[in-house]
Amino acid sequence: MKKLINGVDNIVDEMLEGMVAAYPQYIRRLDGFDVVVRAGGSEGKVALVSGGGSGHEPAHGGYVGKGMLDGAVAGAVFTSPTPDQVYEAIKAADGGKGVLLVIKNYTGDVMNFEMAADMARDEGIEVEQVITADDVAVENSTWTTGRRGIAGTILVHKIAGACAEAGGSLADVKRVAEKVIENVRSMGMAIDACTVPAAGKPSFDLAEDEIEIGIGIHGEPGVNREKISTVNDISDKLLDKIFAEGIYNSGDEVAVMVNGMGGTPLMELFVANKHIKDVLDSKGIKVAKTLVGNYMTSLDMEGFSITLLKVDDELKKLLDAPADTPAFVQA
Amino acid sequence: MSTRIYDCLKAISEKIIDNKDFLTDLDREIGDADHGVNMARGFQAVIEKVPSDQTDIGAVLKTTGMTLLSTVGGASGPLYGTAYMEAAKVFAGKSEVTGEDFKSGLEAAIAGIQKRGKAVKGEKTMLDALMPATDAFSEKLAGGASFADALDAACTAANEGVEYTKTIAATKGRASYLGERSIGHQDPGATSLTMTLETIRDFVKG
Repeated sequence: MKKLINGVDNIVDEMLEGMVAAYPQYIRRLDGFDVVVRAGGSEGKVALVSGGGSGHEPAHGGYVGKGMLDGAVAGAVFTSPTPDQVYEAIKAADGGKGVLLVIKNYTGDVMNFEMAADMARDEGIEVEQVITADDVAVENSTWTTGRRGIAGTILVHKIAGACAEAGGSLADVKRVAEKVIENVRSMGMAIDACTVPAAGKPSFDLAEDEIEIGIGIHGEPGVNREKISTVNDISDKLLDKIFAEGIYNSGDEVAVMVNGMGGTPLMELFVANKHIKDVLDSKGIKVAKTLVGNYMTSLDMEGFSITLLKVDDELKKLLDAPADTPAFVQA
Repeated sequence: MSTRIYDCLKAISEKIIDNKDFLTDLDREIGDADHGVNMARGFQAVIEKVPSDQTDIGAVLKTTGMTLLSTVGGASGPLYGTAYMEAAKVFAGKSEVTGEDFKSGLEAAIAGIQKRGKAVKGEKTMLDALMPATDAFSEKLAGGASFADALDAACTAANEGVEYTKTIAATKGRASYLGERSIGHQDPGATSLTMTLETIRDFVKG
């Protein structure tokens, strides 16, 4: 394993210190916790708190700032943060109007955030939660953990965050977040696995000409392994699965996110986006907004995910609203 | 001079820490390659936090549960943390463990894990080791076996449970994303649970 680190035990701590050192105008760290909150606080508005394992940077700390999150909790690499950490984030972010937790649908994240929410409610803080589950690679069933929350989560941060910034009530913010969750779907793939620093070896092994379709963002293997083809063919496979949801039809407007997994050049993401745009055009689906970049990464994984969000006037307006955070700036 | 419960916890911690890489490798096959790393971090904190002279077993187990809850993370943190905290209630104020107490402790742990994780038997989780182990323990005990012999039966059943997890697809936790591809691999949580029971057995047999 080759990594630019000082040791596996201090990565999260050193990353947070470095992040706060780079963006003191946006974020500050809670003393003694792996939590960042807005430098100027969140008084008088509904607060959004998210988080999860580390290794997905800039998620989630990079989205703390005006128009998006109020607090972010960083667990160990790919490991949900513990309830005490989430609880501190809720308390610190609360501006007196209630707190919405944006949780990605993983067994550990849901359990730890729910325990923290219970603790905060005992303290009299109003807490609601939404669970993102946009990954269509995983079959949805009441008999499984259900779909994973992946890159589509960032669109929940953006849109619900804009609603909170505009003075929306906790109920409004939650409703808008749920509307995004209902209309957003993603699917990802990898041409090579990532290496968790503490594990020291790639999370799965792929031959030189193999790719993994339907991967998550924690180095967990995908649902299908196959021979590599062109990025157009691969994009078609991901899009077909997303279109099969029946949400995105001719005449609809969508926001598109082409998300890099951390080890993929932007050049390749733009090549993918060219084809994605062509496919949407051919289907008569209008693109209202496109985001191309590393929004929700998986350490050094090589690969990408495609996210589509069907937007109406309300979602479009919130998506276009200003945001000013370390990783997402929009005038 | 440390108490028996502290020494037993220390033995469990050492077992988990010694098997850090093994548990992580199991998790790498069907999960996210962190079970051993997370559990080792948690149990390292446990042996540092639990007072070695605390005689109240309930208090010791409660500290253990709270520590695991705040240091392990992932799904294992809330599940193991809840298991120890629920068992702690059974042992509150006690400084010795009888077979009946131990049975109640296991049952409380199962109830806590099920409430938190919303899992049932046969979903390729730690319950697939813990539930048959508890059944075997209870049955032996009811038949008049000693605590140590009942623990032997529990460990045999837990190991069979681990073997059984190889034959089924996961429907809970991160391994569930793999569906049928999770078949053939043993569940890391069931494995660490079995290691825990084996360590307790070896400790009781001394």
